[in-house]
Order: sequence, then structure tokens, then C-alpha cells
Amino acid sequence: MGRTKKMVKEELANRPDNTAFTQQRLPAWQPMLSAGIVIPGFVIIGLAFIGIGVALFVTSQSIQLLELDYTGVEQTSPCFKCSDPNAKNCMCELTFSTDTLFKGPVFFYYGLSNYFQNYRSYGVSKDDDQLSGNLDNFKSPSDTCAPYEYDRNNKPFVPCGAVANSLFNDTFKLYQIVNGAKKVVPLDGKGISWWTDYNIKYRNPAVTPLKNAFNGTVKPLYWSKPAYELDPSDPANNGFINQDFLVWMRRAALPDFRKLYRRITDGDYAEGLPAGNYSLQIAYNYPVLSFEGRKKVVFSNVSWMGGKNEFLGIAYLVIGSLCVVMSVVMLIVYAKFKFPEEE
Amino acid sequence: MTWRSPLALVREALRGQRAREKDLRNLASNLPYEGLEKGKQPNRYFPGNAIKTTKYTLLLFIPMNLFEQFHRLANIYFVGLAILNFVPVVNAFQPEVALIPICVILCLTALKDAWEDFRRYQSDRKLNNTPCLIYSRKEKQFVERRWKDVRVGDFVRVVCNEIVPADLLLLHTSDPSGVCHIETSNLDGETNLKLRRTMSGLCISHPVFEPESFNSVVVCEKPNNNLNHFKCYAEKPDKEKVGAGIESLLLRGCTVRNTDHAVGFVVYAGHETKSMLNNNGPRYKRSKLERKLNINVFFCVILLFTMCLIGALGHFLWLQALPVVPPFLVPDSNGHLDSPSLSGFYMFFTMIILLQVLIPISLYVSIELVKIGQIFFITNDIDLYDEDTDSRVQCKALNITEDLGQIEYIFSDKTGTLTENKMVFRRCSIMGTEYPHKENAIRLAVLEEPESEEDIIFDHVPQPPNTRWSLDTEDTNPEDTQHHHGSWRKSKVAGTAQSNVAFSSPLETEVIPDRKLLQQISRAESSSSSSQKIDPYLDFFLALAICNTVVVSMATAQRQRTSESLHSRQTNNPLNTLSNLVKKPGSLHRIFTFWQRKPKRNRTISEDSVTEGDDFNPPVKTEEPGDINGLQTCSLYAPSQCNMPATTSDNLSYEAESPDEAALVYAAKAYGFTLLARTHDSVTVRLPSGEDLVFEVLDTLTFDPIRKRMSILVRHPITKKFVLYTKGADYAIMELLGTPYAEHLSGSQKNIAADTQHHLDCYAKEGLRTLCFTKKIVSDKMYESWLVNRRRALAAIDNREELVMDTAVQLETNLSLLGATGIEDRLQESVPDTIVALREAGIQVWVLTGDKPETAVNIGYACRLLEDEDLVINMSCKNKLTCTSILDCTLEEVRRYSEDPRNVDTTQDISLVIDGRTLTMALSSDLQDRFVDLAKRCRSVLCCRVTPLQKSRVVKVVREKLKVMTLAVGDGANDVNMIQAADIGIGISGQEGMQAVMASDFAISRFRHLKKLLLVHGHWCYTRLANMIIYFFYKNVAYVNLLFWYQFFCGFSGTAMIDYWLMIFFNLFFTSVPPIMFGIMDNDVSAEMLLGVPELYRMGQGAGAYKFSTFWVSMLDAFYQSLVCFFIPYLAYQDSDIDVFTFGTPLNTISLFTILLHLSIEIKAWTVIHWVIILGSVVLYFIVTLAYSGLCITCNPPSNPYWILQSQMADPMFYLICILTTVVALLPRYIFHVLRNSIAPSPLAQARHLDRLDPSTKSELIKEWRSFRGGGQVKRSRLSTPPSPTLETPVDIHLQSPISSDVMGDEFILNVITENYQRPLHT
Repeated sequence: MGRTKKMVKEELANRPDNTAFTQQRLPAWQPMLSAGIVIPGFVIIGLAFIGIGVALFVTSQSIQLLELDYTGVEQTSPCFKCSDPNAKNCMCELTFSTDTLFKGPVFFYYGLSNYFQNYRSYGVSKDDDQLSGNLDNFKSPSDTCAPYEYDRNNKPFVPCGAVANSLFNDTFKLYQIVNGAKKVVPLDGKGISWWTDYNIKYRNPAVTPLKNAFNGTVKPLYWSKPAYELDPSDPANNGFINQDFLVWMRRAALPDFRKLYRRITDGDYAEGLPAGNYSLQIAYNYPVLSFEGRKKVVFSNVSWMGGKNEFLGIAYLVIGSLCVVMSVVMLIVYAKFKFPEEE
Repeated sequence: MTWRSPLALVREALRGQRAREKDLRNLASNLPYEGLEKGKQPNRYFPGNAIKTTKYTLLLFIPMNLFEQFHRLANIYFVGLAILNFVPVVNAFQPEVALIPICVILCLTALKDAWEDFRRYQSDRKLNNTPCLIYSRKEKQFVERRWKDVRVGDFVRVVCNEIVPADLLLLHTSDPSGVCHIETSNLDGETNLKLRRTMSGLCISHPVFEPESFNSVVVCEKPNNNLNHFKCYAEKPDKEKVGAGIESLLLRGCTVRNTDHAVGFVVYAGHETKSMLNNNGPRYKRSKLERKLNINVFFCVILLFTMCLIGALGHFLWLQALPVVPPFLVPDSNGHLDSPSLSGFYMFFTMIILLQVLIPISLYVSIELVKIGQIFFITNDIDLYDEDTDSRVQCKALNITEDLGQIEYIFSDKTGTLTENKMVFRRCSIMGTEYPHKENAIRLAVLEEPESEEDIIFDHVPQPPNTRWSLDTEDTNPEDTQHHHGSWRKSKVAGTAQSNVAFSSPLETEVIPDRKLLQQISRAESSSSSSQKIDPYLDFFLALAICNTVVVSMATAQRQRTSESLHSRQTNNPLNTLSNLVKKPGSLHRIFTFWQRKPKRNRTISEDSVTEGDDFNPPVKTEEPGDINGLQTCSLYAPSQCNMPATTSDNLSYEAESPDEAALVYAAKAYGFTLLARTHDSVTVRLPSGEDLVFEVLDTLTFDPIRKRMSILVRHPITKKFVLYTKGADYAIMELLGTPYAEHLSGSQKNIAADTQHHLDCYAKEGLRTLCFTKKIVSDKMYESWLVNRRRALAAIDNREELVMDTAVQLETNLSLLGATGIEDRLQESVPDTIVALREAGIQVWVLTGDKPETAVNIGYACRLLEDEDLVINMSCKNKLTCTSILDCTLEEVRRYSEDPRNVDTTQDISLVIDGRTLTMALSSDLQDRFVDLAKRCRSVLCCRVTPLQKSRVVKVVREKLKVMTLAVGDGANDVNMIQAADIGIGISGQEGMQAVMASDFAISRFRHLKKLLLVHGHWCYTRLANMIIYFFYKNVAYVNLLFWYQFFCGFSGTAMIDYWLMIFFNLFFTSVPPIMFGIMDNDVSAEMLLGVPELYRMGQGAGAYKFSTFWVSMLDAFYQSLVCFFIPYLAYQDSDIDVFTFGTPLNTISLFTILLHLSIEIKAWTVIHWVIILGSVVLYFIVTLAYSGLCITCNPPSNPYWILQSQMADPMFYLICILTTVVALLPRYIFHVLRNSIAPSPLAQARHLDRLDPSTKSELIKEWRSFRGGGQVKRSRLSTPPSPTLETPVDIHLQSPISSDVMGDEFILNVITENYQRPLHT
């Protein structure tokens, strides 16, 4: 009989394989979405979300935030005089006070509103190769930089492009007013940019002194000093690896944004800003009023979840409670419409 | 080659063109010109035999393939977009990158095409290099060449079992009578042998064939693709013309069988051969779903334009609102800024580029892939595999799988589709006396039983005692029957394995003779003197044995397949080795007897008997110890008198073109009239007495559908009279009868014709196929005069068929009726079950048959197309006026019936039986609507006596008028029209050749496969594809909208916050495989459930799962999800120092999760593959993105993805945002699904629920469900006895429905019996 079987096998050459795969009988998990089954899921998700929500909310609440608008639109504003586009090298001073200790490390941001760093052609307008120190691109920048590619004398802009050109150039000095005297609050400008930007992506050309690399080039149109003089005091913060420059070059996602300016981590202020009066001296250079933009400075301390943002905590709480409510609804539905077979 | 002027070349080319285009071609032998240069060859204009089926050449592949691909509208759209990318004002970042998707798609398609083409190339090369024998004048013999070397005008020799290389005009064969058998299965799948004859007198063929003596010119028609038609004549040097037709043509691709060798003259070669002309690639049909899909694509285009318009307008307004030029607004290189309106205009195109993914770019490719996968699963379904024929279901149309799930009307052929087309001889009537063959009926019943319990035995065997044959019941020894049972079952098993021999399962080959008839024959044998065999009984059986075109083939000369398997088995079976060494069956028999030490008789050398044979017992042995056994024994050892190599009556196998013929020959054999051999001009029959009669065959008037009969003209070896035996349909014969044959024999049997007709009617009611047999003695003088006409007709080249037919009609007059036979065509396995299931699935089943209404109605009951309680409307009328009135009244009645409040709850089961003539009237343009309206209300419709053209017309009318999805299923050439007219054509590869299969979209081997094909695969394919497509639209909209929402925060400047490459990868890699897998593998309900509850199929009918509402709901969901996916991160990152692409990364990740989890909600059954692919996609996303972010430092400006995902993944906020957003995005859909499944579960959801239960409770619940939903279904599923009208009481079928007379009114009940005598109009 074995022979017969073998014979049959040989003859049936076309016979499909009888495997679970070809016969579509693979063992399968068939989740059944019905009220009775999902109730525990909803309860668990709901409770977990509420937990996360509470944690987020509490954390967010603990973050201190101080925002000061210095655009100078209002006439009462100390910077009103500087908002005149014709004012050159205008300085203005903002004072503020804190009632309690502003816990450190305090992050010092500047913020712009209605500023579209994410504008399409603006974003394109830079030359990454030039910024990574490629000297060829010093001579002939990428055409993506146009029209900030060459000046009228056909000399290349270095750094070229609209992003670099529009570098934010307001500078700030913070003083604590202790007994009427201004005490400088040291601002730490190190490590405010991305580590990868500073160490890998942006490179100065390997030419010493740096200035020589820029021979035959011109500084960007809006710049008051060339790139190699951005921070003459510190070669590790000069040229393309100037931290302020790096921060600016990382374009903001949304039209209302803030960028990290400095951190307050040193000296007496390592624990934060003590309660008291402070004075912020602003070198007002950057024009924003023309396009109805706003400028502000922001002091904030950060937690594990970053800056202050109550939205996420609230959202978690709402969705978590919604899930709990849904589970109750499901329970009712389940009681009313369960499958007859489920008994 | 010598140089020739271009002018000469042109002239030559033109001449060649003309020679090829001419209606008649003159072909001469190449031999006199052998070795001459090409310009001197007479047949140089005709193509050689090398074939090239490839579409492309190596050099031109790329341009040709691109050209081909750009025929698709979708591809043009994408290319248009790609070009748009390069327009400067559009400001695309990297135009090259935009080309990637379209390039990938084009490359994929090109690869697929190239692979297919390469396969074709390989097979071409293999074919072209096949060796063959061509005659060479130089070597004076046939030399081995390749197929590609064959040219028109060559002489080619083909040996046994070799394939014919080109279309050959047969000139010589090894057979002295000049015949050659060919098997055309390569061509049309018909496995029976066909006879071909040499065209005689063209060259000297004695003693050996001399091709060099061929000096005629062969004139043949232009090449055409008609496989059954060929016209040519050969003109000899003396201007004598010899005609030849298809019977002398060996077609390329056929196999020569049973003939040692054959020589032919090449008339057509290569691409001009009939088989190549018939070879037109796969058919392209567009599925209903695809048509709908295109509408949705159109909606997507509108959506895209709207969004782009919003973007353009927004940009314009945004620019307008700016008081001065801010530093972030970059002028062009000249420092010039475009006006807001112009910028807005340009922005429109930029937006198109940005949002182009909204039109699902990979949808078409994905659909193709999904269909390939679906087809893979369909063809691999073991339930759709038929062991008997070793064939799977074939999908010929590759792109309408999902249409299988939407069928609303099925049009089925009867013979061979519902029935086996395995003809079993059941009853016969000779000279007005009926012989019921009761024992045979019992045998058939016994055979039937073990096969399937539910199957309805066509003619219930344990008949109620009032039937005629029950009187003899007590005579049969029950033990004998038992014994039969066992032995038959075994021999049946043997028979299935032997299926490569046409029509030779034991079911068909064995007939148990009727005892009374046997006695009658032996009486006739003894009474009529041995010199004069003219007893009508003997004549009847002679007619049965002779009047056919059955070819006798020896078991030793079986098909290649058999011999191959025989060969392979030989090695491990010493017994078989032995049996193969011994050729003579007699000695073989002795060897076996010796070896097994058991007396065995009737040993055949067929393999199956060898392996299975231990219990093989011929039924005749126990049944009739006297008569038959003696006959058989005597015939077994009788010395062979004809020139066949070996003959015993048992290892004969018959190869018939139609199964009816085989059945009749086997029936005759059972009575001892054994057809021993058939050659071109003789038939050898062994009589019960053991005597062999060799009839000289003078002519065969072949069957044609117009005459509906065939005749054979023989010269009786003893009386030397010319005898014409004719067999045919009763109505085709009855009108040709002359004086009743019996009148001068016995006065008591005055009206044989009337008696026989009565029997015929009863046979028909039983569902038997009837044939009448007649005899005619043709006088010498008449024969002579007829022969002249006949010859003239045969030589004619124009109107040859008509002339030949006319001569046939001339001779077939004044016939004397011998008797009639009833052949049963058994219902295929599980046909009633399938039909009931299909009907429960909401499909209307129509049967269109060429049979008589009585036969059809009977089959209708047997296969439960009609039910006992049905109201059967029988429409049969002779003129249009009555037809109109009947139609109107019936419609009125049916309407009233259905509107009657009393009938609201009762299912109205109205069936319509209509005959061909009435159908023609009903389908005329003025009655069409009314007919369709009536048919729509009928549960089933039976059309009888319809022609192939009518079949297709019915399908077309229903399809167009009712706007429904139709499916036509059939097995024969007569169903081809219908198969092509329907949305889906299904061919059953059965006994009647492969024409239906060739024309079909799907080919199955059994009717019952239709159930799984439609209910399971159809449902699956449809729901899978519909869900997949909807998902695809959703996916693209949900993803692209993220970009759109971002435009509101970037001044509508067309910024993408997601890296361009990652966006492309997102669609191309990260989210493309899961939906394809979903489309191929998702099992919403198990096959078991779908088969158990056919109603589930209704989900797919009409609009089904793919409704516009479903589309729009998923679009809305996509909008909602994209809003959530954008705005939750937006709000979370508001007022922070986040940069553009760091903001985009969580969005991309969230989208991925949302899109994949959305699919996970839709996936109904998770297998390992699902897990692997879904998780794999997520893992792939992270790996690719991390790698990309880790390696790309300054590449791909402006995005600079360097280290972005890494830094994001180090931030807990990233995860918190991802989790929250995904949950919020999917919550509504999830809750919707949950609530719907809980509050108002769809039948599918319920079925899914049942699926989860253990098998026993499941089957119980399925039953419960069916009884609950189906109402009457359970009652119907009992084995219903089909009404079996007996001979004594011909029952009007309408009596079965008691209400019919009340509702219908008498005038509509047209008595079936009275209709019987109406003659079809044959002109």
C-alpha cells in the first residue's frame, strides 16, 4: 500500500501544499472589539493617563517663568525709543523683580513673535558645506544662498544666505540691583547650542588665524562685524561655532518662538535668582516692528519635561478621565447589549 | 550574400507583403531549391518556424517598456508632477528626489515585465531548439534539425509521442490506411485522440515515402486562428485538384499518438500556425471595485486642488498682510520680490508638489501586488484542487479577484457544469420495448453512496414498488449486491487514478446488462442464421458499437503521462518490471496468476489494476454465471483477427470525442458487441458469439449542431449491403423516419415510433439524455449516385461545409427506427448543496441549457434549483402575441402575489422555465424590460433549448438592465459566448475540451468549487481589497494633511517640517507593506464560517464594503487624525525653542504609530506574519531614521536631520506626546468599532464572534443561526426527493405546486408532454 501512496503523490504534481500558510489557516489571534472586553483596557489607560497627567501638571506648575516684552511698541516701554528704525546702537533697560527665589539653573531666552524662520525659501537659504568649513564654498557659495550669495562687487558672503544674514543681534546684560548698585549676573554662553552642531556639523576652516580664511569674502549684509569677530575673546566660540550663531541657525519650527540666550549657572546665582530687583540692559538692534513682530526675554527654569507647558498635563488628565467615563459607558452598553452567547 | 540594389530590396519586400496578404497561397516543395540562395526560394516570403513571443528586445527594453508604462494614466500624472518639480518658479527643494517614487514604481513594474519577458524568451528558445526531422535532398533522408529551421515547404517527419513543430499537411503515415492520431491537449486541452488522414495521391509512398516525388503546388488559405477549420487543395502538374481540410492538417503543438511516424508538408510555420494565432495573451478586465476606485481617486484630486487653492490663497493673504519686507522673506537673486498674487499663483504649484502624496502614488502597484497574493492563495487552496484531474483552480484574469465577492447572478450551463458529463448508459428501448436495466441502476446507486451522503442520487434506486422494474427485485440476491458494492468501490478508486484515459472510469465503462434483453439477444443470435445478421436487436447494438467516431486505443499505447509514471514506478517494483517486459497480455496474465497463486481472470495490464487488482472482480461474473461470463471468457482468449497488435476485449480503451459515444460503446460491449478496432475505412466488431465482423466504412457523416445527428455508412461484411446507421436527437431523427422497420416483421408492433417516442419522453423526464438509432439499407444505385455528389462536395473549396452537409442530409432520409437509448449524465458531487448555498448567499442562479425542458426541469429538481414547494412558471409559446400576453399576465400575477399582505412573510419561491424560442421573443427589445422584471422576481430561472448566442444575450440583458454583477460558468465551446459576456467567466475544465477554460477568467474543475471560490475567496478578496484601498486613501490623507496644517504656521510657504527623504521612505517602506499584507492575508471571518453561513456573502453584493460613505467616513477620520497628530504636538511644543525638523520628527513618528495602529484596529485576525510585518515596520522606521539621522551631517539641506531623532528619543516628552496623540487619534475609531460591535453587530461581526468559539459549539450555533435567519433553509436541507415521474404516469410538473393553478390560471400551465411533439425548426 505504501507503494500506492507514493505513486499517488507522484502523480498529483499539481497538488497544492497543504500547509497552514497556503491554506490560510495560520493560528490567528482574533481580537473582538466589544464592550465587555475593552472595559479593563479603558480603565487601565484612563488611570495611567490620569497619573501621567497629574505628574505632568504638577511638574509644569513647579516651573517658574518670567516673560518680559521689550519690543517697545507701547510708549511706556523703556525700549520705545529704540523701536524707531532709525535709532542706531540704541540701548534700553528693563527692570523686573522676583518675590521668591527663581530656582536655578535659570535659562535665559530671547523670544520673537510673528517671525517665520520656517518660511520655505528662508530655510533653504544657507550653505551647509560652507558652514562646515569647506573653503571652496567660501569662494563660491552654494546658489541656494541667493540672493545673499555675492555682494554687489561679486564678493562672496561668508556665511552666505538669508538665515545667517538675519542673525539676531540684540545683546543682553543682566544686573541684580543690590542696594541700588548693579551687580552683574554672570551669563553662561557655553552649551546653549546643540552638542552636535557645535562639535560636528559646524566647523571653522582649519586656518589660523581664522581671519585669513575669510580673505576675499565679505560679511553678511546685516552684520556689523564679520564672522571671525563674533567672539574674539574665545576662539572656541568664534566664527561658525559661535554659540549664538548656532542657536540662530537652528530654525524655529513655529512663528512664535524663543531661543536660548544664556544660562545662569555660575557664582552666586548657581542656585537661581534670589528674590530682588533686577535690571536687564538691552542693546536693541534687531528690527521687528516692521512686520509686527514682538521681542521678549524669558527667564525660566526647566524640569525633566523641558519648559513650562500646562497643555500636556491637562490633555492627559482630560483623556484619562474620558477613558474612565468611556469604560462606564461601555459597562452600560455591555449590560444592555451583550452577545447572547457570552453568557 | 551578394549585393542587391535597394530598389530590388524594396520590390522584394513589397512582393513578400503581397504574397503574405493574398487570400490563397501557393506553396511548393523546397526540395528542388535546396541549397540555393534565399532569393531563389519559392517560399521565401513566408515566415520561418522560429517564434518570438517576447515583447521586448534587449536593446530596446527601456524605451519600449517606458512607452508601455506611460499608457497608464496614473503614471502620466506622476511624471507630470515630476516635471513640475523642475519648473524653477515652483521652488522645489530637490527636484531629483521627487523622481524617486515614480522611478521606484516604474522600476518595479519594469522588473516584473522584464522577468516575464525573460521567461517567455527562455521558453521560446527551448521551443525553437527542439529537435525535429526535416527531409534533406542532399542526404536523401530525414535529418535532425531544430524547430526554428523548419520552413514552409519542408517535409517534416514526426514520430510517435512527438510534438508537431509546425502546421503540417499530412502526406504519409506509418499506418497503411493513412491515418494518424493526434492529441490536441497542448492546444485546446482535449485529451481524446483525433484522427487525421493523409492527403492521398500526391507523392509516391510505396514502398517508402518519397518527398522528392512531390511536385504539386499546395494552395491554401491565408493563415487564420480557427483550429477546426482549414481549406486547401493540391494542384498536381496535370492540373488535377485534390482537396483537403482540417482532417489532413497536423497542428503545431499537437502530439502524434498511436502512429509510428507521420510525414507532412509544412503549410504554415512559426507565428502563422494556428496555435500561435490562437495564442493571444491574458485578458484584461477592469473590476467593479477598480472603477469605483477611480472615482475616489478623482475625489482625491479635487481635494488636492482645494487644499492647494487654500494654500495659494493663504499665501497671497499672508503676503498681503505684511507691511514691509521682513528679514525672513527672501527675494530672488535680483533682489526682487514677486507680487503677492503672483507668489500665490506659484504657491499653488508648490503646494501640488508638497501634497502630491494625497493621490495614492503606490496604490496601483499595491493593488497589483495584492491581487498577485490573492491569486496565489486562491490557486493554492487545496479545497479547489481536483485530484481526479490533478488540476488546481486557474486564475486567468489577474485583476478581477474581488469581483468574485460581489456576484449577484450566476448563469450556469447544465451539461458538464452541473453534471459530470460522464455519461452512463441507463436504459434503452428497442423496437418499442423498454429495457429498464434495473441492475445497472442498483450498481450506480451503490457507486454513488460512499461518495457523499448528501448527494442526491439522480434516480432513486430503491424505487417504490409501483415502478416497473421493482417487480424483479426479489430475483436479485442481496449478497450479490453486497459483493458488488465492495468490488465496485475498489475498482472506482482504481478508476480515479486512471483518469488520464478519457471517459474510462468504471462508472462509465461497466454496464450490467438487462437480463431480459440478454435473453432477447441470445434468442436473436440463435434464431437468425449465422450468415444473415439482420435481427433488429443485433442491428441496434451494432449501431451502438459502430455509429460513432470512437477510437480504440490499446492500454499499451497509452498517453505519455501514463507511460512516464509507469516508467518511474518500474524501478522500485520488480513486479512491474516484469510486467513491462512481457508485452502480451495473455502471458502477463499467466505470470500474475503464477505469482499470486490465485486464479484471476480479466487481468488488465493497466497500472491501476495491477496495484489495486487483488479484489477486482468483474461484476458480470457473479451476476450472470451463464450467459455473459461465457461471452467474456470466450472473448478473452479468442485469437485476434484484425491487424491490431494485441486484442483482448479487456485492455481496450475507447477514446471518444463525446462521452455519450463512449458510454454507448461500453454499453454495446456489455452485451457482447465489442468494438475492437477502427481504422479509417473499417470497423471491427466482435459479436457475442465471438465472431469478429469487419465492416468496411464507406463514409462517416459527422455530427454537426444543425443536423443534430451523425451517420456512418458501412458495407455489411456478410450481406454486402450498404447500411447507413444514424444516431441523433429524437426530434432530428423522428421526422426522417420512413416506414417503420418492424412493420413487415411483426404486425403486433405497429407503432414503434410512437412507443419509442413515449419512452423518450419518459427518459427525458427522468433527466436522461436521449438518442435515437436508425438503420437504412442503401441500394447500390443510390449509393453510386450519392457518392458522386459527395466527392464533388468534398473537393470543393468554397462552401465546402455546406455542400458536405447537404450530401449528408440527402442520404439521411427514410430511416427505420431501431430504438433509443437513455444516457444518464450524473449530477456532479455536491451540486445541490452548492446551489442551495449560493442561493442563500443571495445569488440568483440561472441555468441555461440546450436540453429539452423536461430534462432541464428534472435536473433542476435534482440539483435543488427548483424545490417541491416552488411555483413553477412554464413559458413556452409559439408566437410573440401569446408570449407578450403570458409575460404580462404572469408579471401581473407575480406582482399581486408579492404585494399581497398575506404573503409578506412567506418567501415567494417562483421559478421560471422558459424555452429558447420564447426566450428569443422575451428578449426582443419591447418585451425585454418585462421579462427582466419577471425574472428578477423569480428565485431561479431555467432556460432550455438555448443556443450559445442566446446564452450570451441573456447574460448581457440581465447585466445591463439590472446593473448587477454576473458570473457565467460553463464547460463547453457553446458556453464561450456567455463566459465572455459576463463580468466573470468561469470555465470548468471538464470532458468537453478547453475552449470554455480558454475564454474564462477563472477555471475550476468541479462545479462545487464555485461555492468556496465565491463564498470564501470572493468574500475575502473583496473585503480585503476594499478595506485595503480605503485604508490607502486614509493613510495618504492622514499623512499629507500634517503638512497641510503646518502651512498655517509657515506663511503657506510650502515648508515641510519632515525630512524629504523620510517622507518618501514613509510611504515607500515604512507603511507600504502592512496594507499589502492586509490586502492579501486578512481573514475577517474564517472559511468555515463563510461556508457555513452563506448569507455573509451578501455583505459584498451591491456596494458592499466599498461604499462612498465608507470612503468619506474614513476621509473624515483621516482629517480628524491628522488634526490631532498635528495640533497636540503643536500645543505641546508651543512657546518652546523647538526647531523645524525636531518638531517634525515626533509628527512623523506619531503618524507612523497612528497609521499602523489604525490598521491594527482593522485587522481581524493576527497571525505571526501580521505581527512580524507590523512590528517590523516600526522597527524599520526607527532603524532607518536613526541611521539616517546618524549619518547625514550636511546632506539633504535644508532639513539636516543630523542627530535629531536621537536627541528626541532622549527626551521623555517625545514619548509622552507620541502616546497621548496616538491614543487621542485612534480613540474615536476604536470606540466606534466597539460600540457597533456591541450594540448592533453586523452579521460579519457575529460570525467573527462565533469563530472564536470551540468547533462543536460553533457548528451548533451556525445551525441555529441558519435556522433563525434562513427560515425555510433548514427544512430544505433535508434530502429532498426529486419527483420521479414514472413511465405509467407522466406527471405534469405543475401539479407539485398546489397554488400554481389558483394563482397562475390555467392558460399558463403549458403541458410539457404536449410540447414534446413540437419540432424544432431546422432549415
